[in-house]
Amino acid sequence: MKLVIIDYGAGNIKSIQFAFKRLGLDAVLSSDPDVITSADRIIFPGVGEASSAMNMLKLSKLDTLIPQLKQPVLGICLGMQLMCNSSEEGDTKGLGIFNVDIKRFSNTVKVPQMGWNTITDVTSNLFTNIKDGEFMYLVHSYYAEMCHEAISSTHYQLDYASALQKDNFYGVQFHPEKSGEAGAQVLKNFINL
Amino acid sequence: MLTKRIIPCLDIKNGRTVKGVNFVDLRDAGDPVELAKQYAKLGADELVFLDISATLEGRKTMHDMVLKVAEHVNIPFTVGGGISSISDVDALLHCGADKISINSSAVKRPELVNELSEKFGSQCVVVAIDAKQINNEWIVHLAGGTIPTTLNLFDWAKEVEQRGAGEILFTSMNNDGTKAGFANEALAKLSRTLNIPIIASGGAGTVQHFVDTFKEGNADAALAASVFHFGEIEIMELKKELREHHIEVRL
Repeated sequence: MKLVIIDYGAGNIKSIQFAFKRLGLDAVLSSDPDVITSADRIIFPGVGEASSAMNMLKLSKLDTLIPQLKQPVLGICLGMQLMCNSSEEGDTKGLGIFNVDIKRFSNTVKVPQMGWNTITDVTSNLFTNIKDGEFMYLVHSYYAEMCHEAISSTHYQLDYASALQKDNFYGVQFHPEKSGEAGAQVLKNFINL
Repeated sequence: MLTKRIIPCLDIKNGRTVKGVNFVDLRDAGDPVELAKQYAKLGADELVFLDISATLEGRKTMHDMVLKVAEHVNIPFTVGGGISSISDVDALLHCGADKISINSSAVKRPELVNELSEKFGSQCVVVAIDAKQINNEWIVHLAGGTIPTTLNLFDWAKEVEQRGAGEILFTSMNNDGTKAGFANEALAKLSRTLNIPIIASGGAGTVQHFVDTFKEGNADAALAASVFHFGEIEIMELKKELREHHIEVRL
Protein backbone atom coordinates (compact mmCIF):
# COMPACT_ATOMS: atom_id res chain seq x y z
CA MET A 1 0.00 0.00 0.00
CA LYS A 2 1.59 3.24 -1.15
CA LEU A 3 -0.02 6.17 0.58
CA VAL A 4 0.79 9.76 -0.37
CA ILE A 5 -0.23 12.97 1.38
CA ILE A 6 -0.16 15.84 -1.09
CA ASP A 7 2.22 18.44 0.30
CA TYR A 8 1.56 21.81 -1.28
CA GLY A 9 2.31 24.00 1.72
CA ALA A 10 -1.23 24.28 3.09
CA GLY A 11 -1.43 23.56 6.76
CA ASN A 12 -0.77 20.93 9.34
CA ILE A 13 -0.07 17.64 7.59
CA LYS A 14 2.00 16.17 10.41
CA SER A 15 -1.18 15.15 12.27
CA ILE A 16 -2.47 13.22 9.27
CA GLN A 17 0.84 11.46 8.85
CA PHE A 18 0.83 10.51 12.54
CA ALA A 19 -2.77 9.28 12.32
CA PHE A 20 -1.76 6.80 9.63
CA LYS A 21 1.33 5.87 11.60
CA ARG A 22 -0.98 4.89 14.47
CA LEU A 23 -2.65 2.56 11.97
CA GLY A 24 0.74 1.12 11.08
CA LEU A 25 1.06 2.90 7.75
CA ASP A 26 3.86 5.13 6.55
CA ALA A 27 2.50 7.99 4.49
CA VAL A 28 4.80 9.82 2.09
CA LEU A 29 4.56 13.61 1.84
CA SER A 30 5.00 14.77 -1.73
CA SER A 31 4.16 17.37 -4.33
CA ASP A 32 5.85 15.38 -7.10
CA PRO A 33 3.28 14.43 -9.80
CA ASP A 34 5.05 11.11 -10.47
CA VAL A 35 4.97 10.12 -6.81
CA ILE A 36 1.32 11.16 -6.49
CA THR A 37 0.19 9.40 -9.66
CA SER A 38 1.87 6.14 -8.66
CA ALA A 39 0.27 6.01 -5.18
CA ASP A 40 -2.49 3.56 -4.21
CA ARG A 41 -4.23 6.07 -1.96
CA ILE A 42 -3.96 9.84 -1.93
CA ILE A 43 -4.77 12.31 0.83
CA PHE A 44 -5.47 15.90 -0.18
CA PRO A 45 -5.24 17.97 3.03
CA GLY A 46 -5.70 21.66 3.59
CA VAL A 47 -5.96 24.20 6.35
CA GLY A 48 -6.09 27.94 5.96
CA GLU A 49 -7.55 30.26 3.36
CA ALA A 50 -9.06 28.94 0.09
CA SER A 51 -7.71 31.34 -2.53
CA SER A 52 -4.12 31.20 -1.29
CA ALA A 53 -4.28 27.40 -1.02
CA MET A 54 -5.61 27.29 -4.59
CA ASN A 55 -2.75 29.49 -5.75
CA MET A 56 -0.27 27.12 -4.15
CA LEU A 57 -1.92 24.20 -5.96
CA LYS A 58 -1.64 26.04 -9.25
CA LEU A 59 2.01 26.88 -8.66
CA SER A 60 2.81 23.19 -8.42
CA LYS A 61 0.37 22.43 -11.30
CA LEU A 62 -1.53 20.07 -9.00
CA ASP A 63 -4.80 21.77 -9.95
CA THR A 64 -4.80 19.91 -13.27
CA LEU A 65 -3.37 16.67 -11.89
CA ILE A 66 -5.79 16.04 -9.01
CA PRO A 67 -9.05 15.86 -11.03
CA GLN A 68 -7.43 13.26 -13.34
CA LEU A 69 -6.42 10.85 -10.59
CA LYS A 70 -7.91 7.37 -10.87
CA GLN A 71 -7.11 5.97 -7.42
CA PRO A 72 -9.09 6.79 -4.24
CA VAL A 73 -8.47 10.39 -3.18
CA LEU A 74 -9.57 11.76 0.18
CA GLY A 75 -9.84 15.53 0.60
CA ILE A 76 -9.85 16.71 4.20
CA CYS A 77 -11.33 20.02 5.41
CA LEU A 78 -10.11 22.74 3.03
CA GLY A 79 -8.92 19.95 0.72
CA MET A 80 -12.54 18.82 0.37
CA GLN A 81 -13.70 22.40 -0.20
CA LEU A 82 -11.15 22.96 -2.97
CA MET A 83 -12.50 19.87 -4.75
CA CYS A 84 -15.87 21.64 -5.14
CA ASN A 85 -17.00 24.08 -7.85
CA SER A 86 -16.31 27.30 -6.02
CA SER A 87 -15.86 28.87 -2.62
CA GLU A 88 -17.13 32.14 -1.26
CA GLU A 89 -13.83 32.39 0.61
CA GLY A 90 -11.64 34.69 -1.46
CA ASP A 91 -14.08 34.18 -4.38
CA THR A 92 -12.19 31.05 -5.35
CA LYS A 93 -12.79 28.78 -8.32
CA GLY A 94 -12.35 25.18 -7.20
CA LEU A 95 -11.32 21.96 -8.94
CA GLY A 96 -14.93 21.19 -9.87
CA ILE A 97 -14.81 17.52 -8.88
CA PHE A 98 -17.89 17.83 -6.66
CA ASN A 99 -20.77 19.71 -8.20
CA VAL A 100 -21.46 21.94 -5.21
CA ASP A 101 -20.51 25.40 -3.97
CA ILE A 102 -18.91 26.39 -0.68
CA LYS A 103 -20.70 29.07 1.35
CA ARG A 104 -19.95 30.90 4.58
CA PHE A 105 -21.97 30.33 7.74
CA SER A 106 -23.92 33.48 8.52
CA ASN A 107 -23.35 35.32 11.76
CA THR A 108 -26.49 33.93 13.38
CA VAL A 109 -24.10 31.28 14.74
CA LYS A 110 -20.56 31.52 16.03
CA VAL A 111 -18.05 31.33 13.20
CA PRO A 112 -15.92 29.23 12.96
CA GLN A 113 -17.82 26.17 14.04
CA MET A 114 -15.28 24.64 16.37
CA GLY A 115 -15.64 21.31 18.11
CA TRP A 116 -17.41 17.96 17.93
CA ASN A 117 -20.60 17.53 15.99
CA THR A 118 -22.45 14.50 14.64
CA ILE A 119 -22.47 13.11 11.13
CA THR A 120 -25.80 11.62 10.09
CA ASP A 121 -27.31 9.97 7.02
CA VAL A 122 -24.00 8.26 6.36
CA THR A 123 -24.23 6.34 3.11
CA SER A 124 -20.79 5.47 1.82
CA ASN A 125 -18.38 2.57 2.34
CA LEU A 126 -16.10 5.28 3.73
CA PHE A 127 -18.30 4.98 6.83
CA THR A 128 -18.22 1.22 7.32
CA ASN A 129 -18.54 0.51 11.08
CA ILE A 130 -19.32 4.17 11.77
CA LYS A 131 -22.68 4.61 13.45
CA ASP A 132 -25.14 7.17 12.24
CA GLY A 133 -24.78 10.12 14.60
CA GLU A 134 -21.09 9.52 15.35
CA PHE A 135 -19.12 12.52 16.62
CA MET A 136 -16.37 14.06 14.52
CA TYR A 137 -14.14 17.06 15.13
CA LEU A 138 -14.72 20.08 12.91
CA VAL A 139 -13.18 23.53 12.57
CA HIS A 140 -14.52 25.59 9.71
CA SER A 141 -16.24 28.81 8.68
CA TYR A 142 -17.37 27.62 5.22
CA TYR A 143 -19.49 24.61 4.31
CA ALA A 144 -20.65 22.57 1.32
CA GLU A 145 -24.36 22.82 0.63
CA MET A 146 -26.44 19.65 0.69
CA CYS A 147 -26.25 18.00 -2.74
CA HIS A 148 -26.67 14.60 -4.35
CA GLU A 149 -22.96 13.85 -3.80
CA ALA A 150 -23.35 14.21 -0.02
CA ILE A 151 -22.55 11.02 1.90
CA SER A 152 -23.15 12.52 5.35
CA SER A 153 -24.84 15.57 6.74
CA THR A 154 -24.20 17.72 9.79
CA HIS A 155 -26.30 20.41 11.37
CA TYR A 156 -24.88 23.81 12.24
CA GLN A 157 -27.16 26.74 11.44
CA LEU A 158 -28.49 24.49 8.69
CA ASP A 159 -28.00 20.96 7.35
CA TYR A 160 -24.90 20.85 5.19
CA ALA A 161 -22.83 18.16 3.48
CA SER A 162 -20.09 17.08 5.89
CA ALA A 163 -18.77 14.45 3.47
CA LEU A 164 -18.93 14.03 -0.31
CA GLN A 165 -18.22 11.30 -2.79
CA LYS A 166 -18.04 11.10 -6.54
CA ASP A 167 -16.50 8.00 -8.14
CA ASN A 168 -13.00 7.61 -6.68
CA PHE A 169 -13.08 11.03 -5.03
CA TYR A 170 -14.01 11.41 -1.36
CA GLY A 171 -14.08 14.51 0.78
CA VAL A 172 -14.68 15.06 4.49
CA GLN A 173 -15.22 18.40 6.20
CA PHE A 174 -14.27 16.97 9.58
CA HIS A 175 -10.77 16.01 10.68
CA PRO A 176 -10.58 12.20 10.87
CA GLU A 177 -7.00 12.52 12.12
CA LYS A 178 -8.30 14.39 15.19
CA SER A 179 -11.59 12.59 15.74
CA GLY A 180 -10.49 9.88 18.13
CA GLU A 181 -11.23 6.22 17.40
CA ALA A 182 -14.11 7.02 15.05
CA GLY A 183 -11.86 9.20 12.93
CA ALA A 184 -9.24 6.48 12.82
CA GLN A 185 -11.92 4.08 11.56
CA VAL A 186 -12.71 6.43 8.67
CA LEU A 187 -9.04 6.51 7.68
CA LYS A 188 -8.90 2.73 7.93
CA ASN A 189 -11.99 2.47 5.72
CA PHE A 190 -10.38 4.73 3.15
CA ILE A 191 -7.34 2.47 3.03
CA ASN A 192 -9.58 -0.61 2.70
CA LEU A 193 -11.76 0.80 -0.10
CA MET B 1 -25.70 19.67 17.28
CA LEU B 2 -22.32 21.12 18.02
CA THR B 3 -21.40 19.92 21.50
CA LYS B 4 -19.91 21.82 24.43
CA ARG B 5 -16.27 20.96 24.95
CA ILE B 6 -14.49 19.87 28.11
CA ILE B 7 -10.82 20.81 28.08
CA PRO B 8 -8.22 19.75 30.66
CA CYS B 9 -5.28 22.13 30.84
CA LEU B 10 -1.76 20.86 31.52
CA ASP B 11 0.98 23.15 32.76
CA ILE B 12 4.33 22.15 31.30
CA LYS B 13 7.75 23.07 32.61
CA ASN B 14 10.89 21.85 30.86
CA GLY B 15 8.85 19.26 29.01
CA ARG B 16 7.21 17.83 32.15
CA THR B 17 3.75 18.19 33.66
CA VAL B 18 3.71 20.35 36.76
CA LYS B 19 1.12 20.81 39.48
CA GLY B 20 0.68 17.55 41.24
CA VAL B 21 -1.25 15.15 39.16
CA ASN B 22 -2.94 12.37 41.03
CA PHE B 23 -4.08 9.92 38.46
CA VAL B 24 -4.80 6.26 38.59
CA ASP B 25 -3.19 3.90 36.10
CA LEU B 26 -0.42 6.20 35.09
CA ARG B 27 3.14 4.98 35.04
CA ASP B 28 4.48 8.52 34.91
CA ALA B 29 2.10 11.34 35.74
CA GLY B 30 4.81 13.85 34.92
CA ASP B 31 4.88 12.70 31.32
CA PRO B 32 2.58 14.97 29.31
CA VAL B 33 2.16 12.38 26.57
CA GLU B 34 0.99 9.67 28.99
CA LEU B 35 -1.38 12.09 30.63
CA ALA B 36 -2.72 13.39 27.32
CA LYS B 37 -3.38 9.86 26.07
CA GLN B 38 -5.21 9.08 29.28
CA TYR B 39 -7.36 12.20 29.01
CA ALA B 40 -8.22 11.43 25.40
CA LYS B 41 -9.34 7.97 26.50
CA LEU B 42 -11.36 9.37 29.39
CA GLY B 43 -13.43 11.59 27.13
CA ALA B 44 -11.66 14.96 27.00
CA ASP B 45 -12.68 16.83 23.85
CA GLU B 46 -9.52 18.83 23.51
CA LEU B 47 -6.35 19.58 25.46
CA VAL B 48 -4.42 22.73 26.27
CA PHE B 49 -0.71 22.64 27.06
CA LEU B 50 0.61 25.75 28.72
CA ASP B 51 4.38 26.14 28.69
CA ILE B 52 5.50 27.86 31.86
CA SER B 53 9.22 27.25 31.34
CA ALA B 54 11.27 30.29 32.14
CA THR B 55 14.33 29.36 30.13
CA LEU B 56 15.15 29.01 26.47
CA GLU B 57 16.19 25.39 27.00
CA GLY B 58 12.86 24.72 28.64
CA ARG B 59 11.05 26.18 25.67
CA LYS B 60 12.96 24.01 23.24
CA THR B 61 11.79 20.87 24.98
CA MET B 62 8.26 22.04 24.16
CA HIS B 63 8.78 21.22 20.48
CA ASP B 64 9.73 17.64 21.27
CA MET B 65 6.72 17.34 23.54
CA VAL B 66 4.34 18.70 20.89
CA LEU B 67 5.74 16.27 18.35
CA LYS B 68 5.21 13.34 20.72
CA VAL B 69 1.69 14.44 21.66
CA ALA B 70 0.76 14.78 17.99
CA GLU B 71 2.16 11.32 17.36
CA HIS B 72 0.22 9.58 20.11
CA VAL B 73 -2.94 11.59 20.79
CA ASN B 74 -5.94 11.55 18.44
CA ILE B 75 -7.84 14.61 19.70
CA PRO B 76 -7.03 18.28 19.02
CA PHE B 77 -4.71 20.28 21.22
CA THR B 78 -3.64 23.87 21.74
CA VAL B 79 -0.21 25.03 22.81
CA GLY B 80 0.37 28.30 24.65
CA GLY B 81 3.02 30.11 26.63
CA GLY B 82 5.85 32.30 25.41
CA ILE B 83 4.68 32.49 21.81
CA SER B 84 5.51 35.86 20.28
CA SER B 85 6.33 35.49 16.60
CA ILE B 86 5.27 33.92 13.32
CA SER B 87 8.29 31.63 13.47
CA ASP B 88 7.32 30.39 16.97
CA VAL B 89 3.88 29.48 15.64
CA ASP B 90 5.23 27.97 12.44
CA ALA B 91 7.48 25.65 14.44
CA LEU B 92 4.70 24.50 16.80
CA LEU B 93 2.18 23.89 14.00
CA HIS B 94 4.86 22.07 12.10
CA CYS B 95 5.34 19.78 15.10
CA GLY B 96 1.62 18.96 14.95
CA ALA B 97 -0.12 21.44 17.28
CA ASP B 98 -3.66 22.19 16.08
CA LYS B 99 -3.96 25.62 17.62
CA ILE B 100 -1.71 28.03 19.42
CA SER B 101 -2.68 30.54 22.05
CA ILE B 102 -1.12 33.93 22.55
CA ASN B 103 -1.64 36.28 25.47
CA SER B 104 0.78 39.05 26.46
CA SER B 105 2.47 39.09 23.05
CA ALA B 106 -0.88 40.09 21.54
CA VAL B 107 -1.30 42.90 24.07
CA LYS B 108 2.21 44.13 23.38
CA ARG B 109 1.78 43.97 19.60
CA PRO B 110 -1.85 43.49 18.51
CA GLU B 111 -0.81 43.22 14.83
CA LEU B 112 0.54 39.77 15.69
CA VAL B 113 -3.06 38.50 15.72
CA ASN B 114 -3.58 39.75 12.15
CA GLU B 115 -0.29 38.31 10.98
CA LEU B 116 -0.96 34.88 12.46
CA SER B 117 -4.52 34.60 11.23
CA GLU B 118 -3.52 35.69 7.73
CA LYS B 119 -0.65 33.26 7.56
CA PHE B 120 -2.10 30.23 9.34
CA GLY B 121 -5.85 30.86 9.37
CA SER B 122 -8.08 32.10 12.18
CA GLN B 123 -8.98 28.54 13.13
CA CYS B 124 -5.64 28.00 14.83
CA VAL B 125 -5.29 31.36 16.58
CA VAL B 126 -6.59 31.39 20.15
CA VAL B 127 -6.20 34.60 22.11
CA ALA B 128 -5.98 33.98 25.85
CA ILE B 129 -7.15 36.85 28.01
CA ASP B 130 -6.63 37.05 31.77
CA ALA B 131 -8.85 39.66 33.36
CA LYS B 132 -9.72 40.86 36.83
CA GLN B 133 -12.84 42.71 37.88
CA ILE B 134 -11.85 45.93 39.64
CA ASN B 135 -14.51 48.45 40.68
CA ASN B 136 -17.02 46.80 38.37
CA GLU B 137 -14.73 46.96 35.38
CA TRP B 138 -13.03 43.95 33.84
CA ILE B 139 -9.37 44.89 33.30
CA VAL B 140 -7.01 42.77 31.21
CA HIS B 141 -3.95 41.64 33.14
CA LEU B 142 -0.62 40.19 32.07
CA ALA B 143 1.86 37.76 33.60
CA GLY B 144 -0.68 35.50 35.27
CA GLY B 145 -2.79 38.35 36.52
CA THR B 146 -0.01 40.30 38.23
CA ILE B 147 0.36 43.22 35.82
CA PRO B 148 -2.71 45.32 35.01
CA THR B 149 -3.09 46.92 31.60
CA THR B 150 -5.37 49.78 30.58
CA LEU B 151 -7.45 47.44 28.40
CA ASN B 152 -11.07 46.59 29.07
CA LEU B 153 -11.85 42.88 28.63
CA PHE B 154 -14.78 43.34 26.24
CA ASP B 155 -13.08 45.98 24.09
CA TRP B 156 -9.93 43.92 23.85
CA ALA B 157 -11.81 40.73 23.03
CA LYS B 158 -13.73 42.56 20.28
CA GLU B 159 -10.49 43.96 18.91
CA VAL B 160 -8.75 40.59 18.68
CA GLU B 161 -11.84 39.09 17.05
CA GLN B 162 -11.70 41.80 14.40
CA ARG B 163 -7.99 41.18 13.97
CA GLY B 164 -8.68 37.52 13.16
CA ALA B 165 -8.66 35.51 16.40
CA GLY B 166 -10.61 32.27 15.98
CA GLU B 167 -11.35 31.69 19.65
CA ILE B 168 -11.04 33.39 23.04
CA LEU B 169 -9.75 31.66 26.16
CA PHE B 170 -10.99 33.88 28.98
CA THR B 171 -9.61 33.34 32.47
CA SER B 172 -11.16 35.30 35.30
CA MET B 173 -8.44 36.08 37.83
CA ASN B 174 -11.15 36.68 40.43
CA ASN B 175 -12.35 33.11 40.05
CA ASP B 176 -9.14 31.28 39.21
CA GLY B 177 -8.11 28.93 42.00
CA THR B 178 -11.25 29.58 44.09
CA LYS B 179 -13.19 26.49 42.98
CA ALA B 180 -16.28 28.66 43.44
CA GLY B 181 -17.50 28.66 39.84
CA PHE B 182 -16.75 30.42 36.56
CA ALA B 183 -17.26 34.15 35.88
CA ASN B 184 -20.55 33.55 34.13
CA GLU B 185 -21.80 37.13 33.88
CA ALA B 186 -18.65 38.25 32.11
CA LEU B 187 -18.73 35.12 29.94
CA ALA B 188 -22.31 35.75 28.89
CA LYS B 189 -21.47 39.33 28.03
CA LEU B 190 -18.48 38.13 25.98
CA SER B 191 -20.75 35.75 24.11
CA ARG B 192 -23.16 38.58 23.32
CA THR B 193 -20.31 40.85 22.22
CA LEU B 194 -18.43 38.38 20.04
CA ASN B 195 -19.20 35.88 17.31
CA ILE B 196 -16.32 33.46 17.88
CA PRO B 197 -16.20 30.56 20.35
CA ILE B 198 -15.32 31.32 23.97
CA ILE B 199 -13.58 28.98 26.40
CA ALA B 200 -14.40 29.57 30.07
CA SER B 201 -11.50 29.24 32.47
CA GLY B 202 -10.96 29.81 36.17
CA GLY B 203 -13.12 28.66 39.06
CA ALA B 204 -14.15 25.08 38.27
CA GLY B 205 -14.88 23.19 41.47
CA THR B 206 -18.03 21.14 40.99
CA VAL B 207 -20.12 19.62 38.23
CA GLN B 208 -22.74 22.32 38.82
CA HIS B 209 -20.16 24.97 37.94
CA PHE B 210 -19.84 23.44 34.47
CA VAL B 211 -23.63 23.30 34.11
CA ASP B 212 -23.82 26.97 35.07
CA THR B 213 -21.07 28.17 32.77
CA PHE B 214 -22.72 26.50 29.78
CA LYS B 215 -26.25 27.61 30.69
CA GLU B 216 -25.70 31.01 32.25
CA GLY B 217 -22.30 31.89 30.83
CA ASN B 218 -23.09 30.59 27.33
CA ALA B 219 -19.55 29.28 27.13
CA ASP B 220 -18.68 27.08 24.16
CA ALA B 221 -16.09 25.15 26.12
CA ALA B 222 -14.90 24.92 29.70
CA LEU B 223 -11.29 24.50 30.76
CA ALA B 224 -10.04 23.25 34.10
CA ALA B 225 -6.89 21.77 35.58
CA SER B 226 -6.83 20.58 39.17
CA VAL B 227 -10.37 19.16 39.40
CA PHE B 228 -9.43 16.81 36.58
CA HIS B 229 -5.82 16.17 37.57
CA PHE B 230 -6.79 15.15 41.09
CA GLY B 231 -9.72 13.08 39.94
CA GLU B 232 -12.18 15.26 41.85
CA ILE B 233 -14.33 15.33 38.75
CA GLU B 234 -14.26 12.53 36.22
CA ILE B 235 -14.82 13.74 32.70
CA MET B 236 -17.23 10.99 31.69
CA GLU B 237 -19.32 11.47 34.82
CA LEU B 238 -19.30 15.20 34.24
CA LYS B 239 -20.48 14.76 30.68
CA LYS B 240 -23.26 12.39 31.70
CA GLU B 241 -24.53 14.94 34.19
CA LEU B 242 -24.29 17.72 31.64
CA ARG B 243 -26.40 15.67 29.28
CA GLU B 244 -28.98 15.19 32.03
CA HIS B 245 -29.13 18.97 32.20
CA HIS B 246 -29.86 18.98 28.45
CA ILE B 247 -26.43 20.27 27.55
CA GLU B 248 -25.13 18.64 24.38
CA VAL B 249 -21.86 16.80 24.90
CA ARG B 250 -19.90 14.09 23.12
CA LEU B 251 -20.39 10.80 24.92
